[in-house]
Amino acid sequence: MKKQLVLSSLAIILSSGLTQNVLAQDVEVLHWWTSGSEAAALNVLKDDLKSKGYGWQDMPVAGGGGESAMTTLKARVTGGNPPTAAQLLGVAVQDWANEGSLGDLSSVAKADGWDAVVPDAVKDFAINDGKWVAVPVNIHRPNWLWVNATIFKENGLTPPTTWEEFNTVSNTLKAKGITPLAHGGQPWQDLTIFDDVVLGVGGPDFYRKAIHELDMDALGSDTMVKVFDQMRIIRGFVDKDFSGRDWNLATAMLINGKAAMQLMGDWAKGEMTHANVTPGKDILCLPAPSTAGSFLFISDFFAGFDVGANDRDAQGALASSVLSKKFQEEFNLVKGSIPARTDISRTRFDACAQKSMDDLAEAQEKGTLIGSLAHGTAQGASVQSAISDVVTYHFNSDIGSKEAVDILVNAIQDAML
Amino acid sequence: MKNRNHIGVLDRLQFQLPKIVLSPSVAIIVIFVYGFILYTSYLSFTGSKMLPNFNWVGLQNYITLFRSRTWDTSVTNLAIFSVLYIGICCFIGLMLAILLDQKIRNEGFIRITYLYPMALSFIVTGVAWKWILDPGIGLEAVLQGWGWESFSFRWIKERDMAIYTIVIAAVWQTSGFVMATFLAGLRGIDNEMLRAAQLDGASTFAYYRRIVIPQLRPAFMSAFVVLAHMAIKSYDLVIALTGGGPGNATSMPATFMYSYTFTRNQMGIGAASAVMMLMTVAAIIVPYLWSELREKK
Repeated sequence: MKKQLVLSSLAIILSSGLTQNVLAQDVEVLHWWTSGSEAAALNVLKDDLKSKGYGWQDMPVAGGGGESAMTTLKARVTGGNPPTAAQLLGVAVQDWANEGSLGDLSSVAKADGWDAVVPDAVKDFAINDGKWVAVPVNIHRPNWLWVNATIFKENGLTPPTTWEEFNTVSNTLKAKGITPLAHGGQPWQDLTIFDDVVLGVGGPDFYRKAIHELDMDALGSDTMVKVFDQMRIIRGFVDKDFSGRDWNLATAMLINGKAAMQLMGDWAKGEMTHANVTPGKDILCLPAPSTAGSFLFISDFFAGFDVGANDRDAQGALASSVLSKKFQEEFNLVKGSIPARTDISRTRFDACAQKSMDDLAEAQEKGTLIGSLAHGTAQGASVQSAISDVVTYHFNSDIGSKEAVDILVNAIQDAML
Repeated sequence: MKNRNHIGVLDRLQFQLPKIVLSPSVAIIVIFVYGFILYTSYLSFTGSKMLPNFNWVGLQNYITLFRSRTWDTSVTNLAIFSVLYIGICCFIGLMLAILLDQKIRNEGFIRITYLYPMALSFIVTGVAWKWILDPGIGLEAVLQGWGWESFSFRWIKERDMAIYTIVIAAVWQTSGFVMATFLAGLRGIDNEMLRAAQLDGASTFAYYRRIVIPQLRPAFMSAFVVLAHMAIKSYDLVIALTGGGPGNATSMPATFMYSYTFTRNQMGIGAASAVMMLMTVAAIIVPYLWSELREKK
């Protein structure tokens, strides 16, 4: 009896030792993709790495915008034990690279020919000081207007393409007792609308000047006053319980016909497919009013941290897998975004994703592919939050547009100190 | 001779043992509490952004802090919150304690009932009250569903009123604890006094106002100190209940500190706000400790 016990425990110890030896190395990946569909999408990557002989050590940190994930990451890096790779948004990649925490993926980039397939605007975030430090996973477009087709058909309305049309249509809807805009009053959602309005009212050059370059003249200009005027008008089109609502509940209102439109990124498609409605047919997708021709984008990146020589191969394999055609297609089909490389077959994607790809190509050509402020692809956290504070304060109070612009200019000056 | 020496070693060991056993914990506290207080204070004078760095910037962070609109809101909110929270908790706690002190039946059961919310964490309280106060699913929806169509209670959605919803939830959570403190105080008062007062023809009201409540001063002091520091560090309740919203209307110093330090990459300003909070706590605790220690002598 005793002998058996010893033998069997020995067997267990040995076999567990063996399974660890089969996989040469593990990659440890810190991310905040914890929802069902996102986790499923990551499985594609896991399997691909397994076939190359690398194990996957998951390090998910729950929390939508990745705030807690960033706190964990800071603790790991300052403790001298960075993960092999971590999910980061645009500017954060550059921030980490400037702290000297990121490694070099250039050899993989060269071998796989990343230069030719990744759009320039995305590359700007992935390359620091001439070195590839991160791989883009996807491209999301936040400047979408989602329209409930049934409501518009029944009321004989045409989906709006400019802010004037948007205001007219919304007033008509409001007069009929329909909530025109589904919205959740969380600061980042207010900022998502603000993005659309700045781009729509001011145009791409103004957006770059004011938001990317933080040009004080542009920030304090009359155009910015008009932007806040439009924000105030939009405030009149949301229902009274909007504050604190999650974005997916707002999308549910749109799907159920409790509201007619929503200004939200293409991750909203996930909710639609989940509710068995077809994006592009039941829920129409249009560029946000007055922003046709421009493409605001967000990319998720996996940044390669400066790991020891032992883990460098695993890190390279991970990076290579992430930007492989297979993963880009499979992952983005599930995630609702479009691939971060431009040479993926589009047949399996839905109508809205295909439109997104067309618009991306057009924007890339015209130079109107612009990083989005609301999602960390235009400014670092401090400036982004400074603008967000003002936008959300204006949206939730009765201050005038001129006053909002003054506060905005002051807040930016403070944040840049 | 040998034997006596042996006893001497044991004696010495017995004398030294508590010090030896305690020293690791003393060292840990010195490093992880007081050391980090110094470290944070130092960081508040540096230009730390995403990670700590050591570029001395003088008082710059404090200047930015006091110019910040969100910090302004946070401090105002803290003032509103702590005055109401401490005031209402003490009032309700005292009333409950006095009523319970009437030698009523089932006292044990009632005492536990009131004390029970204390067993919940503020996160749970916050989430529960978030649902109760949400006009779409909570109180307002229920009462309107029962036919009281005109009923409206939507403070949690209103910029100017949202801070009061946090007071409501916090009072619900803690007044049972204050009751327990006061009840202990009440039980410590000599019954002879009640009889003497009754013989002198004092009304119950006068008895409590003139004799009992003045004697509860130590209980008031400890309740105040506990509640005040809970108010200053209140974080989880705000996050669970309103997430700091609508807008930034319910931001508090603790939520401000967390967001500036860890999510906004403004670690220097976050450290400055932490130092301000520490000073506020010290302003309350130090005089209290001082008066306590002086009385003991």
